[in-house]
Amino acid sequence: MKKKIKEKKLRPSKLTDTNTVFARLSLLPSFLGVSVFFIIPFIIIIWYSFLDNPINKDFVFLQNYETLFKNNAFLTAAKNTLLLSAVAVPLAVILSLGLASLLDSKIPCKSLFRTFFLCPMMVPVASVVLIWQVVFHYHGTLNAVMAEWFGAAPVDWMKSSKCMIVVVLLFLWKNLGYNMILFLAALNNIPKDLLEVAELEGAGKLYRLLHIKLRYLSPTILFVTILSLINSFKLFREVYLLTGDYPYEDLYLLQHFMNNTFKSLDYQKLSAAAMIMSLVMVVIIGAMFIAENKFGGDVEE
Amino acid sequence: MKKLRTHRKVGEKVILAIMTIFAAAASIIFLLPTVLTITNSFMAQSEINANYGVVFSSVTGGGKTFISEKVNLKFIPDIVSFSQYYSVLFKTPDYLLKFWNSVILTVPVVIFQTVVALFASYGFARLTGKLKEILFFFYIVLMLMPYQVTLVPNYLVAEKLGLLNTRWAIILPGIFSPFAVFLLTKAMKRIPKTYFEAAMLDGASELQIFTNICYPMVRSAVFSVLMLVFIDYWNMVEQPLILLNDEQMHPLSIFLSKINTGDTGLAFAVAVIYMTPSLLMFLYGEDYLVEGITYSGGIKG
Repeated sequence: MKKKIKEKKLRPSKLTDTNTVFARLSLLPSFLGVSVFFIIPFIIIIWYSFLDNPINKDFVFLQNYETLFKNNAFLTAAKNTLLLSAVAVPLAVILSLGLASLLDSKIPCKSLFRTFFLCPMMVPVASVVLIWQVVFHYHGTLNAVMAEWFGAAPVDWMKSSKCMIVVVLLFLWKNLGYNMILFLAALNNIPKDLLEVAELEGAGKLYRLLHIKLRYLSPTILFVTILSLINSFKLFREVYLLTGDYPYEDLYLLQHFMNNTFKSLDYQKLSAAAMIMSLVMVVIIGAMFIAENKFGGDVEE
Repeated sequence: MKKLRTHRKVGEKVILAIMTIFAAAASIIFLLPTVLTITNSFMAQSEINANYGVVFSSVTGGGKTFISEKVNLKFIPDIVSFSQYYSVLFKTPDYLLKFWNSVILTVPVVIFQTVVALFASYGFARLTGKLKEILFFFYIVLMLMPYQVTLVPNYLVAEKLGLLNTRWAIILPGIFSPFAVFLLTKAMKRIPKTYFEAAMLDGASELQIFTNICYPMVRSAVFSVLMLVFIDYWNMVEQPLILLNDEQMHPLSIFLSKINTGDTGLAFAVAVIYMTPSLLMFLYGEDYLVEGITYSGGIKG
């Protein structure tokens, strides 16, 4: 009799136990692949970054990092990459939030506008680069229009410090749609009754924006910021397609540096650089998580 | 009182009109590069030389045909001509070869990344425990790393396994890239727990739960994963530059940027052919895309 009761208690919990063999097995292929192609080599790279060369395998600790921080090409590339991100990311966040608010208002043809804003995301950069080259060429459309309308002197967009503007524009054109969709979903999730109550109780538009909307949006703002930051590190693609192997020096990015280092196959330099970059990424992402928890943690769940 | 209210309504209408105009203006900016690329692809070679000669001749060193001093960005060609397409499709097999390169690099990654991720996400959604949490967090960090970081481990593995200069060097890491796992896990976690419990109590096997409950519930997320992974790899630039030395194997995305050293007259047509697959996907699956992007929002849980 006692045994039976015990069995009854056990059976349902065993039946609904989710840690099944099938669940474990289904995770296995992905886990093995990720281990072989990312985790294990990454550990080797951490190891490599502390060695003086792969043949002698002498442990030199931080020497590779020191040489890297004295390397002018690396420093220029890091500076340019960070500068580009510092310009592109805030613009991407603010403008996409603006577009989302437009589509969240009562304007007509919203779904049509959504399609238009999202479309560039699906157009390969390589396809539209030609138009960019035509518009921003020294003898190009933009200079012609500027001269005709404002009498402005022509600017060599691609071969001066202004080239960053061209790249940021291409970045925004491509990425705003994706971010906008994220913000639209977040705006939809703000409880409408909360906003109504606030309005009835006399909260002004600014108060509602700062204390209700922004709080509910803060997880999404964090996510869009991280996403834009990562995408801004991928801006090499746009720069490469626009300017080829040898860009104007302001556009010499970390990926250019890595490409050159790959050519000489200096594993020590490569692994030290990869380590520094991943550390920077982890620190930035961690900092944003902490900031977000402080600011908007109370509205979640 | 009544007057005041109508007054307010007029003000709101004006704001709404301004917003609509703003959205329309933004739409034009978002659409123009794509539309111009398409319309310009119907220009004959001579017309392209006459209008854009300056842009491209800086590389080729001028031509025999008449080249105007200013670039003349045209919306609609003077004479609609299919000569660009004719040349691309029947006279210059090189472009078709590069297009095919893009296809065989992208399609296996898209299909197998999704399949691997479909199983892995089932594992992640069903398993419990700290170890799983840590592993999933690792996937997220990996997903957020830029190419500058992940290409180093990828290169190391490709070298050790003798995959350098073969397509596998790109395809294999692509298959195990964690993006699809992340997105599908989020979709799987939205399935109510009671569905699983009910099915288990009714005696369904794990495989039945996977195929009959999970898959139908995440099918739209699968479509959006397919699209997002496709556009990411269709656009690839960084990986082939480092992992494939042989330019004959390079995808069209890289080859397109080098076109302006040669057949400028064909560039627009190739660009249009290149953007067609992803644009068609977009037209058919915009709603899936939006759903997928929405799922990806928010890193936590």
